[in-house]
Amino acid sequence: MGNRTAIYDAHVEQGARIVDFGGWDMPLHYGSQIEEHHTVRTDAGMFDVSHMTVVDVQGADATAFLHRLIANNVDKLKTPGKALYTCMLNEDGGVIDDLIVYFLSKTEFRMVVNAATREKDLAWLEGQAAVFDVQVSERPDLAMIAVQGPNARDKAAACLAEEDRETALSLGPFVAAPIKDLFVARTGYTGEDGWEIIVPESQADNLWRAFADAGIRPCGLGARDTLRLEAGMNLYGSDMDESTTPLESGLGWTVAWEPEDRRFTGRDRLEAQRREGVPRRLVGLLLEDRGVLRSHQKVIVDGVGEGEVTSGTFSPTLGRSIGLARVPAGAGDKVTVEIRGRRLMARVVRPPFVRHGKAKV
Amino acid sequence: MSNVPGDLKYTKSHEWVRSEDDGSVTVGITDHAQSALGDLVFVEPPEAGSEVSSGDACAVVESVKAASDVYSPVSGKVAAGNDALADSPELVNQDPYGDGWIMRVEADDPAELETLMDAATYEATLED
Repeated sequence: MGNRTAIYDAHVEQGARIVDFGGWDMPLHYGSQIEEHHTVRTDAGMFDVSHMTVVDVQGADATAFLHRLIANNVDKLKTPGKALYTCMLNEDGGVIDDLIVYFLSKTEFRMVVNAATREKDLAWLEGQAAVFDVQVSERPDLAMIAVQGPNARDKAAACLAEEDRETALSLGPFVAAPIKDLFVARTGYTGEDGWEIIVPESQADNLWRAFADAGIRPCGLGARDTLRLEAGMNLYGSDMDESTTPLESGLGWTVAWEPEDRRFTGRDRLEAQRREGVPRRLVGLLLEDRGVLRSHQKVIVDGVGEGEVTSGTFSPTLGRSIGLARVPAGAGDKVTVEIRGRRLMARVVRPPFVRHGKAKV
Repeated sequence: MSNVPGDLKYTKSHEWVRSEDDGSVTVGITDHAQSALGDLVFVEPPEAGSEVSSGDACAVVESVKAASDVYSPVSGKVAAGNDALADSPELVNQDPYGDGWIMRVEADDPAELETLMDAATYEATLED
């Protein structure tokens, strides 16, 4: 038996097929992964993401600590609650993890990091924090529910206390606010509108059931993966890891180069790559032939070299296979992918594949 | 509980086989197999006229999550692959023993069917 979230019993009652995910017993789907996927694109679905790791950073040096720790710059965050997506790099510019950091005040931030990387992240944070006046505290007492889809905010708001609804519904994109015991953020991992709600463990099961009663469909990790891939969002451990830099992972946009004297960890390597040319890049692939892209399939770029599919799936929205692949820098817009001994044609595209329910490729 | 029709033969790798009146056999994957795979999104049945050998991979079924081989339960010549699956792979999920069939084979040796499991034996393997 793995770790179980506070909502586990509800998943089982709702018919979930449970699988092991990084040591957690999590729902893969509740019957049909594809129907769950379409529900998020067209209506409202919810995900138990309580396995993710919430970390609070507090102290006089909190801002200085984050200036060093992450490749994006928290100085972009001017208003309380504003969120930033970023990578946390090692000395060699490799990605230790990707995370979201919420600005609460100059001395107070909240981060959400991945579940599978929890231990190494916490060890790294502790090591990096040693020379700063800052407290890094994991919050295992908190659960998290993501409600996603064009109708998700309206349906979820109806489950909040009446006086809290307006506050929640007025949150702008990528902004969060504490609302009583909840921390409601207008963020997500699907390419649709919605909230990620951090909730005390003791209240998580009730909130999940209230959302279900309000017509928000429980969705599993399977749909979460096809949705994020359609949205062109990376998955840590598949699309990037410590052997790749953000520049080789389609995440150059998350690196804040200015001001030049902000020497975040890994910066030297990124600057060298930028100077000398980034050897590989992460691109979107749209399979032209019939078949399904899967991670680790070989990508052949004629006359240039080879690469690899890092994530691949069947896109329920597009009705064909899509993927992300790391290819040599000189790749053009046509490549072939080796699938079960055959070479199939794929077109190189710029993600996202789908955004707000609409095909973008 | 999985549906395991009594009039079919089964393999350990979750294929089913039905003897047809014309002497050919129809092959598909079981209800248990389609349920374990989840929503199918791509099926590649063998081409008519190709030779298959018992125990060899003869078709591919891919769900949202993964690709799996279908192993031929018998040796023989493929009389037909189910071309409807190209556009509607979900037929395997919806009707694994009917419209979701994978291929029809003219078996070299009809006695080979006797080496396959009956429904009760197959059902017992699912309980382990």
